[in-house]
Amino acid sequence: MTLTDRTTILDARAMMRALQRLAVEVLEQAEAGDVVLVGIQRRGVELAERLGKLIEKDEGVTVPRGALDITLYRDDLETVGPRPVVGETRLPGDLTGKHVVIVDDVLYTGRTVRAALDELADFGRPKRISLCVLIDRGGRELPIQADIVGKVVKTVPGDRIDVMVEELDGKDQVDLVRGAGA
Amino acid sequence: MARAPVEQPILLTGGRVIDPSRGFDQVADVLLQDHRVAAVGPGLGVPDGALVWNAAGRIVAPGLIDVHVHLREPGNEDEETVATGARAAAAGGFTAICAMPNTDPVTDNQAAVGFVVRQSVRAGFARVHPIGAISLGQRGERLAEFGEMVGAGAVAVSDDGRPVVSSHLMRTALEYARTFDIPVADHCEDPALAAGGVMHEGLVATRHGLKGIPAAAEEIMVARDCLLAELTGGHVHLCHLSSRGSVEILRRAKERGARVTAEVTPHHLTLTDHACDGFETNAKMNPPLREAADVAALRAALKEGVIDCIASDHAPHAYDEKETAFDEAPFGVVGLETAFGVAYAELVRGGDMSLPELLSRMSTVPAQTFHLPGGTLRPGAPADVVVLDVTAPWTVEATAFLSKSRNTPFGGRVLTGRAVLTVVNGGVVYELDAGR
Amino acid sequence: MTATPTLDKDLLGLEYLTAEQINLILDTAEPFKEVSERTIKKVPALRGKTIVNLFFEASTRTRISFEFAEKRLSADTVNVASTGSSVQKGETLVDTARNLEAMRIDMVVMRHSASGAAQFLGKRIRSNVINAGDGQHEHPTQGLLDLLTLRDKHGTIAGLKVCLVGDILHSRVARSNIWGLLKLGAEVAVCGPHTLMPRGIEELGVKTFRRIEDAIAWADALNVLRLQLERMERGFIPSLREYYRVFGVTAERLEHAAKPITIMHPGPMNRGVEIDSRVADGPHSVILDQVTNGVAVRMAVLYLLAGGRPELADAAKRGPAD
Repeated sequence: MTLTDRTTILDARAMMRALQRLAVEVLEQAEAGDVVLVGIQRRGVELAERLGKLIEKDEGVTVPRGALDITLYRDDLETVGPRPVVGETRLPGDLTGKHVVIVDDVLYTGRTVRAALDELADFGRPKRISLCVLIDRGGRELPIQADIVGKVVKTVPGDRIDVMVEELDGKDQVDLVRGAGA
Repeated sequence: MARAPVEQPILLTGGRVIDPSRGFDQVADVLLQDHRVAAVGPGLGVPDGALVWNAAGRIVAPGLIDVHVHLREPGNEDEETVATGARAAAAGGFTAICAMPNTDPVTDNQAAVGFVVRQSVRAGFARVHPIGAISLGQRGERLAEFGEMVGAGAVAVSDDGRPVVSSHLMRTALEYARTFDIPVADHCEDPALAAGGVMHEGLVATRHGLKGIPAAAEEIMVARDCLLAELTGGHVHLCHLSSRGSVEILRRAKERGARVTAEVTPHHLTLTDHACDGFETNAKMNPPLREAADVAALRAALKEGVIDCIASDHAPHAYDEKETAFDEAPFGVVGLETAFGVAYAELVRGGDMSLPELLSRMSTVPAQTFHLPGGTLRPGAPADVVVLDVTAPWTVEATAFLSKSRNTPFGGRVLTGRAVLTVVNGGVVYELDAGR
Repeated sequence: MTATPTLDKDLLGLEYLTAEQINLILDTAEPFKEVSERTIKKVPALRGKTIVNLFFEASTRTRISFEFAEKRLSADTVNVASTGSSVQKGETLVDTARNLEAMRIDMVVMRHSASGAAQFLGKRIRSNVINAGDGQHEHPTQGLLDLLTLRDKHGTIAGLKVCLVGDILHSRVARSNIWGLLKLGAEVAVCGPHTLMPRGIEELGVKTFRRIEDAIAWADALNVLRLQLERMERGFIPSLREYYRVFGVTAERLEHAAKPITIMHPGPMNRGVEIDSRVADGPHSVILDQVTNGVAVRMAVLYLLAGGRPELADAAKRGPAD
């Protein structure tokens, strides 16, 4: 068993500040009236919810939120043994003409985002799609970029980023675990 | 393969000799000479030129007799022939078998009967006694010529494969058979009740979504045949009984003095309808395997003598016929090469009966019931003898069968009890591990 | 955390599944219901998979339902219908198995008139085999969609009182329902003429009602089975009219029920024989939901059975060398 080494890179306060900054950047890049926040299952959904609330507080406008499960659009279903559990997909109305902001916790290879783009294409034609992530850990396998990033962390393939949110994990924290395997 | 029986005398030494016909059960020698049992006793002298065969630790008994066998010749020689069936019988320890007439064409005339006899003689393994059809073509309409068939060698009549539906025909057959003193063997099944059924009507059939054959389908005809036996004074032999209800009806009929005899198969004494689990077609036969209570009742009846004998109902089928959906597979399993092993392992080692009792039911009684030579080691009797091993376990491998067919429900089963030497008419027709 | 249950290679019947496996399929069906509500009713999950619909018995509804499920998962589908009369069934089954194996089909959805046919095929080919109805044995996807429909309507299956009404003896739908309901903790009953009741049904833990009125007084839900004309012709019941008079699920009979009873039917319905139109079209009928759920359940089954090759995953994870 390889020795693992866990470091907290964002504690609860740091995470809150990062989310506040993300909310501001979302507003800078988009018209509040047009934005639809779509979180990717699972933790992206919680983060999208937080961002939505922060934006509402600042602007007094309700931003529609949705959830996207990309399991059925993964390009690696062939190599997975037993099928992964499919989560809920729910989108607020037609996306045509909207500015969709995809929200996810970690951007790594880019395959999840690419699956999300494929899936969104089946729901209509947004005016624009942006990507907002809490952590960008590098290691891209596809030409995909985040427009809004909370923190950039350098990692190697053996590392893992654990994002924990209050709603699901009981606390807000982001850890880097070295040598734990992807 | 035609083989002439060996002319030399054979001395079987030191075996436990069990002759149920005389209540004889002790270690002794058996001398076979001039196609007859010459002497039985301890310390017999060795005649000139005799083949001495050491039977120490083995059982020496009258050759087993199977009164219910299907040899598929003429018509379905790909499944079995008289020769291959007789050879398989010898390997199973049988010195005589009775061949049912549901061949293609049906054995319902003297020429056909004579054909079977000649094929048997040519093959030179176990004796094959033909059973002639009750009705022409087994169509259940007109009587076949019992007299002519008996003259050509038939030892009984039967429409087995099918029931005799018409009570009038059954009555007439029983009365007419009295002239020739032969049994009329009936496959007891009420066709209207059984129609379309493929296994025992019970919970297993329900779970599998398969149509069932209720026990009553057999019991109704068993009752009818017993009553007709009483009415006519004729001898009815009930084939392959499968249900405890049939046993009860038979018991009462015998108590009333009806001339009814009956047989049961090794598989009905051993397996229940659970053998069909998973749609196993090698457990599909008619009558079907039933419930544990039926198995228990059949064993008790055999021990008591209410059921007279064991018969295999050996029914060969080509492998691809059984390799299909359960509904579509033909009924029947082979049994000549496993009958003694199953019966010994289950009944004797299982404690239901003693070995002499079992041998009586597989040799002496079948001979008496069908008036056949054999079933005894009385000096002067035909030299039809089997030497059995009842100690070494062996595993049933269908691919090793001498029969052409492989459809057995006992594949892979470990049995005890098998023939090591079979002698017919004074000549060795089977020897284990000698490749004969 | 308990491991997610997995399914075997084939779906042959609900008798062979555990409650966990059944729940996995039902839970997986939920997101697939959503897919069928989209404008673009397609996800790429089974792209590149070849599925053969092998229907030896005529069936429009089940086959179409499977076809939609397959196409919505982006699989390639081929329909093979075999008219039984011109073909010796025994031969066909073994040869069919060999031919499919030789063509490297990924999955086979089969309906056949012989009980055990799906199992027969499943043992002989490497493809996944999904039983779409084998003789009188099982119709597992129907059982599953019935369970999903009941779960949606009542929240849970455990403790629910469900009565199957009609020709239980010949019904594969009844058998699958009985297994599924018992495993998920429902109380199960059957009601119909004794001539159409299979032996040993009580040993499975199923109640029997002689009269439909008693069944209605007891049940939370009725699953009304189709009565086939040939049952009358083969003498199991004297006439369809009498069947309707004695066992028909009618609006009048349901009026006397103490509580609303969910009405199900696998279809197609014989209106005026086993069920009244007013009942079939009434407020407690979930018959159309059954149809909707049918596509979702079949998508879930196909998705779950089409397992990939996990040995490739390790290679994928290792990725390009640094």
